[in-house]
Amino acid sequence: MPESPSIVIKGGRVVDATGERTADVVIADGRIAAVGADLDADRTLDAAGCIVAPGLVDVHTHLREPGKEEAETVETGARGAALGGYTAILAMPNTTPAIDSAAVVQQVLDLGRTAPCDVYTSGAITVGRGGEQLAPMAEMAALGVRLFTDDGSGVQSNALMRRAMEYATGLGVTLAQHCEDDALCGGGHMHEGEWSARLGIPGQPAEAEELMVMRDIALARLTGCKVHFQHMSTARSVAMIRDAIAAGLPVTAEATTHHFTLTDAECASYDPVFKVNPPLRTAEDVAAVKAGLADGAIGIIATDHAPHTAETKELPFDQAPPGMLGLETALALALTELDLPIQQVLAALSWNPAAVIGAGDTHGLPVAEGNPANLCVIDPEVTWTVDGAAMASRSTNTPYQGRELKGRVRHTILAGEPVVISGEAQR
Amino acid sequence: MSGGSSDPVRHLLDIPDLGGAAGIDEVLRLTDSFVEVSERPIPKVPALRGKTVAWLFYEDSTRTRLSFETAAKRLSADTMNFSVSSSSVKKGESLRDTAKTIEAMGIDAIVVRHSSAGAPHRIAGWVDAAVINAGDGWHAHPTQALLDCYTIRQHRGDLRGQHIAIVGDIKHSRVARSDVLAFTAMGAEVTLVAPPTLLPPSLEGWPVKVSHDLDQVLPTVDVVYLLRMQRERMNEALLPSLREYTACFGLTNRRVDLLADDALVMHPGPMNRGVEIAAEVADLPRSVILDQVRNGVAVRMAVLYLLLGSGTGLVAPPAAPPIRTDPTPTDSPSAHTEEDPARA
Repeated sequence: MPESPSIVIKGGRVVDATGERTADVVIADGRIAAVGADLDADRTLDAAGCIVAPGLVDVHTHLREPGKEEAETVETGARGAALGGYTAILAMPNTTPAIDSAAVVQQVLDLGRTAPCDVYTSGAITVGRGGEQLAPMAEMAALGVRLFTDDGSGVQSNALMRRAMEYATGLGVTLAQHCEDDALCGGGHMHEGEWSARLGIPGQPAEAEELMVMRDIALARLTGCKVHFQHMSTARSVAMIRDAIAAGLPVTAEATTHHFTLTDAECASYDPVFKVNPPLRTAEDVAAVKAGLADGAIGIIATDHAPHTAETKELPFDQAPPGMLGLETALALALTELDLPIQQVLAALSWNPAAVIGAGDTHGLPVAEGNPANLCVIDPEVTWTVDGAAMASRSTNTPYQGRELKGRVRHTILAGEPVVISGEAQR
Repeated sequence: MSGGSSDPVRHLLDIPDLGGAAGIDEVLRLTDSFVEVSERPIPKVPALRGKTVAWLFYEDSTRTRLSFETAAKRLSADTMNFSVSSSSVKKGESLRDTAKTIEAMGIDAIVVRHSSAGAPHRIAGWVDAAVINAGDGWHAHPTQALLDCYTIRQHRGDLRGQHIAIVGDIKHSRVARSDVLAFTAMGAEVTLVAPPTLLPPSLEGWPVKVSHDLDQVLPTVDVVYLLRMQRERMNEALLPSLREYTACFGLTNRRVDLLADDALVMHPGPMNRGVEIAAEVADLPRSVILDQVRNGVAVRMAVLYLLLGSGTGLVAPPAAPPIRTDPTPTDSPSAHTEEDPARA
């Protein structure tokens, strides 16, 4: 590696898994060279009034490549990630073709190699995410895949999911489930309840999610497999996860930013920008998700960044695809909407997810001498207005258009290189 | 979309757009005069001469389209039909592109029917033309509700205090949703009668009673309103069989005798004779189903005239709708406003 000028991040408050302190951070040769008072280097990045933290890590990013490059590419998604403070993201396997073989894993990893954010990839549990035949998990694991999921198509068969979990224990990998019982969802397009009844939009009940959460907790007990629960959105899901963790089962769970900030009442606009899976739920569910994040039942905040072109979001609600942008708003939403200590917010956005996706050796590490310099610098007080058109994503489908948020990323450092400086992407 | 409570309403997307009983009353009063027009030897007036109304029907409909078309022609409007099913427009084309294309031809009103709930609402947000909802998914069918109100008023004098049973597949029925809003806004008492599988998943906030026992309800009602029982529901395990549905919820020859002598039988059509209504019952004098069809033309003339004729649109009085189904987001404390579309 050619020698690059050293950098000092000056005047910030360092927050990581070990605690908080005011310190300057010097970076050289891709690593943290020193942490302490009054340090200098070739180049200075101002962090006055800011928090200096390990870079954020997203366990759930849809990069759309290969197959839907008009909505997003690895490059544009990774740029949005960097602007959002992320230094690592986990690509979801619902591409075309699906990431269900070593060849496609390799393709996505190659595309990510030059991106302004480390791109990890998940692998599918079943071939083509079809829920019928196990995908070659060992081949994918050999390329570094540590988390397997069929994402939007939760594995429906109890028997197949049991086998997948058993097989996964031999590889030491984690299985992640998008919990939805398809039959019970029955073609629903939003949360089933008061609002779906009024709006005449077919709904899917909370129980469709909860049944699969219940089943996979049971299968985790049966097999001992590490299971990660994606997008927990209902009060009872959160309660089941809390109990499973208390019982010592190897489970982790995430909540998306939209599931702790938006309710199904938004669907009254009939604007599919509010259509997502699992669907936006009730105010009580939102409160329960927040409580789960506060007490640790839910240890991870995910974006479920899901770009869709404007045309597809101009279809009627029941025909439009589910999903919304998330990478550039997640941190600000967590800071604005969650009344939690900054260290707990960062745990949910950085070191906890890093561990789940198998990136814990490089990302989410304490800001300490010798560790890889994957960092973000956050201005927690600045307010800004969300604008989908101004985002790096190829798509604009943010449900927060026009909303004022507090807290924004000032700088992002990837392997010692400032990829975002003063809120501007450098490449 | 509907504006604030005192703004003129440019579109008729659902009953709350009319702003409560006073707005519905206004349509019904105007309908009186168009009923008179329809009875003339030459049932035509020049009220909308030079205006153009387009039909944008994404879902097959003979009756509603003919009714609107007759209404528009009696008002001397020009009409054009954007025939979706036979054109290149298929499921998957941007609604916005289609609506903007039609508007570019200089259209004053677009009458939309769509199998997706909310499609007319979305179109109304993209075009300057008036949008009239002619039925969207399971959501709303406001002109049907207005013609139902008119027909009840015609036969019973007033809706206030009338007890109306709506019987059948409420869950999938846009007619039922709009009827509940209109009937209750006008002071009627509504009982929904259906097996639980055919009720909406939640009736929170609906000012209605619910019963699963038609025999018990029939003696108490002034109007029994039967919904069409669609055969395809049999595939969704919502009912064991049509035969059992008829046995429990059909207005059979035996059941019709439970009704008070002056009680009316209504149906939005098309009927499944022998399923939700016995063939003979449909032809009884108390059955006003053809009056509904007849009044439908006059009601739609009134709606078209109010939206296009006066130049100011419907004036919505500030009365709040009884059910918060008005999908304008301001109804929800956590929903966004137009200026701030993402406030939660």
